[in-house]
Amino acid sequence: MQDLLNEYQTIGVDKVKVWVKAGTVDDFPTNGGACIKYKKKQIAVFNFTTMSRWYACQNLCPHKMEMVISRGMIGDKDQIPKVACPLHKKTFSLENGTNMEGEDYKLATYPVRIADGAVFVGFSE
Amino acid sequence: MKHIIVIGNGMVGYKFCEKLEAKGGLNSYNVTVFGEEARPAYDRVHLSEYFSGKSAEDLGLCNPNWYGDVGIRLKTSELVTEVDTEKKTILSHKGKQYNYDYLIMATGSIPFVPPIKGVEKKGVFVYRTIEDLDAIKDYGEKLKKGKCREAAVMGGGLLGLEAAKAVKDLGLNAHIIEFASRLMPRQLDDGASKTLQKKIESLDIGVYLDRKTEFISGEESIEGLKFQDDTALDCSMLVISAGIRPRDELARKAGVIVGDRGGIVVNDKMETSAPGVYAIGEVAIYNERIYGLVAPGYEMAEVVVNQLTGEDKRMPPEIDMSTQLKLIGTEVASFGEPFIEDEDTTPIVYENKQKGVYKRINISSDGQKLLGGILVGDSSDYSSLHQVYINGLRLPEDPETLIIGSVGGDGGVILDSVLELPDSARVCSCENVTKGRICDSLTDGSCCNLSDVVAATKATSGCGGCKPMVKDLVNETLKSMGQEVKEVVCEHFEYNRQEIYDLIKVHKIVSFEEAILRFGKGHGCEVCKPALASIFASIYNETANKQVSIQDSNDRFLANIQRNGSYSVVPRVPAGEITPDKLIEMGRIAKKYDLYTKVTGGQRIDMFGAKLEELPLIWKELIDAGFESGHAYGKALRTVKSCVGSTWCRYGMDESVSFAIELENRYKGIRSPHKIKGGVSGCIRECAEARCKDFGVIAVEGGWNLYIGGNGGANPKHAQLLAEQIDNETCIKYIDRFLMFYIQTAAPLTRTSKWLEKVEGGIDYVRQVVVENRLGIAEDLEKEMQGLINSYECEWKQAIEDPEMMKRFKHFVNSDDTDDNIVFVPMRDQKMPRPWK
Repeated sequence: MQDLLNEYQTIGVDKVKVWVKAGTVDDFPTNGGACIKYKKKQIAVFNFTTMSRWYACQNLCPHKMEMVISRGMIGDKDQIPKVACPLHKKTFSLENGTNMEGEDYKLATYPVRIADGAVFVGFSE
Repeated sequence: MKHIIVIGNGMVGYKFCEKLEAKGGLNSYNVTVFGEEARPAYDRVHLSEYFSGKSAEDLGLCNPNWYGDVGIRLKTSELVTEVDTEKKTILSHKGKQYNYDYLIMATGSIPFVPPIKGVEKKGVFVYRTIEDLDAIKDYGEKLKKGKCREAAVMGGGLLGLEAAKAVKDLGLNAHIIEFASRLMPRQLDDGASKTLQKKIESLDIGVYLDRKTEFISGEESIEGLKFQDDTALDCSMLVISAGIRPRDELARKAGVIVGDRGGIVVNDKMETSAPGVYAIGEVAIYNERIYGLVAPGYEMAEVVVNQLTGEDKRMPPEIDMSTQLKLIGTEVASFGEPFIEDEDTTPIVYENKQKGVYKRINISSDGQKLLGGILVGDSSDYSSLHQVYINGLRLPEDPETLIIGSVGGDGGVILDSVLELPDSARVCSCENVTKGRICDSLTDGSCCNLSDVVAATKATSGCGGCKPMVKDLVNETLKSMGQEVKEVVCEHFEYNRQEIYDLIKVHKIVSFEEAILRFGKGHGCEVCKPALASIFASIYNETANKQVSIQDSNDRFLANIQRNGSYSVVPRVPAGEITPDKLIEMGRIAKKYDLYTKVTGGQRIDMFGAKLEELPLIWKELIDAGFESGHAYGKALRTVKSCVGSTWCRYGMDESVSFAIELENRYKGIRSPHKIKGGVSGCIRECAEARCKDFGVIAVEGGWNLYIGGNGGANPKHAQLLAEQIDNETCIKYIDRFLMFYIQTAAPLTRTSKWLEKVEGGIDYVRQVVVENRLGIAEDLEKEMQGLINSYECEWKQAIEDPEMMKRFKHFVNSDDTDDNIVFVPMRDQKMPRPWK
C-alpha cells in the first residue's frame, strides 16, 4: 500500500518536465472534478470555476487507499480551496494537499495549465 | 376620485405604484399606468441573470396580477405619443385620449448609440430590455456554430461589464472596448481599474482601453471594429453599452422644460415646469444631474408619493451615489467622493497585487472625516465604511486600520457594535430604510427574525449590498433583547436552513452560485452545498441532475459509494411488493454485471459492486424492465415498509400493502433535510414496525392511527401519535402537511425525531399546526407538497437519456480504462471488496 502512495509526489511548477494534455476544458464539470490517467497514475483534476482556478492532486485517498478523490466535493475553508473525500469527508487543501483537520494524511498536488481551451497537468517524468 | 397617469412601467414607475398603494393612496386616486414594453416592470439591475438561468417571470418585480388586485389599470404595449399639459390629457398610439389630474413621467432612458459608421449592421445590439437580451442570445447561438466566436462590448462602465459577463455566459469570447483610459471611469481611479482589469483578464475576457472606434467593418453583418489608432479587432457581435440618454421627447414636445443635454428638469418635489406633472427616475434631471442608479429613482418615487398623499418630503440636496456590486465575479464598491485629492484631502491606498485587492479611502486632512473611497477585489468593509461616510462618524486615530486592519486585530474595526449607529442612519439606500426602523420592528414585537424584517421593511430587497449590516443589526438587536442568536449552516452562510429556505423562495433564487453571491460568502463547502441542494429540490423539485456540483457525492452519481469506491444500486420496490417476473429480471441483471445482492431492511434488493462506468448500463436495463430509482443514495423518501395486511393476513384490519404502495409512490423522489422512511401495519401487532419510522400508519377499529417522528439508528425513537381513527384521505392530508412543515423548518441532516424534540411545544404544537391548522398554513403546505408530487421524475431515466449527463459516469476523462485499483475477493458464493488493511 505504501508503494502505491509513494507513486504520488508533489510536483512544483519549476520541476515540471512534461505537460500532459488531460482533455478540453469542457471535459471537466464546472466547480467539480474528474479523474485522468497518465502512465500508471490516477490524477484528480478540479475546475474551480467560481475561483477561476484549476487544481490537480492524486486521485488516491491516503486514508483508505481508494481511487475516489476526484468524486469529492470542492469548496473553501477561510478562502483556502479544499476537497472533501467522498468516503469519510476528510478535507484536504487543494493548494498544498495538507489535511485540513490537522491529521497526518496528505495529497500530492500537481500544477495545471490552461491553454487554448485545453487542460494540461505537469509531471516530472 | 382624481386620476393619476403614470407613463412608464420600469423599475421606478413600478416603485411609485407600490409605494402609493402601501401608503393607502389608492383610496383617493385612480391610477392608470402605460408601459411600452409587452411585460410588466422587471428587474433591470439583475438583467444579466437572464443569461445565467433566470426567466423573464423570475425577473418580474411583482406578480403580474398585482396591479389588477390592488385596482391599478396597467396598459402594457401601449405607447403614449402626446401630452397636452394645458388640457391635462394624453394620447396613446392607439388614438385613445385620457384625462389626468396628475401625470408621472417615468419614461426612463434609452441606450446611447454613438454615431459610428456601421452601427446599423447585423450583429450590433444594445443592452437594456429582455427583448435586447433575447436578440443577443439568438444571434450568439448562431455564432457558436460559426468560426468566429469573438464578441465585443463597447463601454467599460458598470453596464458594459455586466454585458461582457452575459456574452461570456453565452459561450462567446468577450472583449471590452473602453473609450477612456480606465474601466468604470465614473467610479474607479487608475489603480482600482488596473486591479479590476487584471481580474477580468484572468477570466479570458479581453480589455482594450483608450480605444476610439472609427468604424464597424463587414458587409451586411459586423466582422470587426477598426480603431482610430489603426488597430483593429475581429468580432462577429457588438453590444453597445456606452451610457444612457433620458427619454424626454414626450416632455420636450409638450413644452415641458428640459435640460441643455436632455432630461426633464425637476425641483426637490420632483415637479416639472408644467403644473401637476412630475418626473422621476432616469428621465429626471435634478441638481443638473441624471441619476442612473435605482436607489435615487426609488427615492424620487417616494417623494412624489409623499407629495400626493399630503406630506412634504423633499429630495435631499446631495444624492448618495455609492454602489457595491459584484462584476464578473469581482467585488467592486465606490462611495462618496472616490477620487478627490487636494490640499484638504488625504487618500490612503492599500494594494495587494497577489490577491488582486485594491482599497482607497479619502480622509479629510484633519483626520476627522471619511469623504469617500473605492474597494476592488474585497468589499467586505463597504457597509461599515459607507455608514461612517454617510453619517459623518468620527474616525479612529489611525484611519488606515479601516482598510488594513489593526495589528493583531481582526481588521476594519470601526464600530464596536452596529447598534452605535444613530437611529437616522440609512442602512438600505435602495428602499430608504433606517437603522431605527429595523431595530424598532424587532423591539415593538412585529418582527422576530431576519426574514420578518426583510418582509416588513423591504430592506436588502434592492441591490442587496446592505445585507451583512441588516443581518448584524437584527442579530445585535435580538441579543440586546436577551434572545439567543441561532445556529448557522456553516462559515459560508450566516443563516440557518429555514432562513436560507425562505430567502431562496422569496427571492426566487435558482442556483447555488446565485445564493452564495447574494446571501453568503466564499465558495461553499461540503456542508452548505448539499444543504442548499436539498432546499432547491424541496422548492422546485429539481432532481440531482440539475446542479450536479453541489450534490453530495452519492447524489452526484445517483448511487451509494461503497468501501472500495464501487457503487450499489437499489431500484424502487414500493412497499416491498414485487412480481416474480421482476425478481427474475433483477436477478438476470445482477448476474450479468456480477453484482453482490442482498435484501435490505426496507424490503427491497440492494445490488453491490458496480463500477462507476457500469451504473448507466445497469440502470438502462433496470428501467427497460420497468424499475425506477429508489433514491437510496439521497436524503429523500426511502421506503414505506408494509406487512401483508387484510388481503392475506387473518388478523388484518385493513389493506396495509395497498396503502403503503400509495404512500411510497406519492412521496417518492421528494428530497428532505434527512432521509425519510415510512411504514404501514395492518393491525396493532405492527409487523411493519411502523412506529420506528418517520411516519407510521397502523390500522385500528374505525380507521388508521398516524404516528410521526420515529427512527431506528443510533438513538432509536418510537413515533408519537398525531391523530387517531382517520380515513385514508385525511391520513394523506396530515402526512402531506407534516412532511412539508418538517422539510421547511428542520436543520440540515436532522431526522424527524430530533426535529420534533427541538420544536417548541413538541408533538402538541405540531398537532396544532398539522391537524388543527393553528397557523393557517395547512392549505399552503398541501399545495406545495402536491406541487412536488406532480413534478416527480425518475432521475436515473433523466440521466441515461442525456449524453451530457452521462459524461460524469466515466472513471477517466482521457481514457476508457476502468479503475484497476478495485479488487474483489470471493465470499459465500458471491464477491466482496478486498478488505481494508
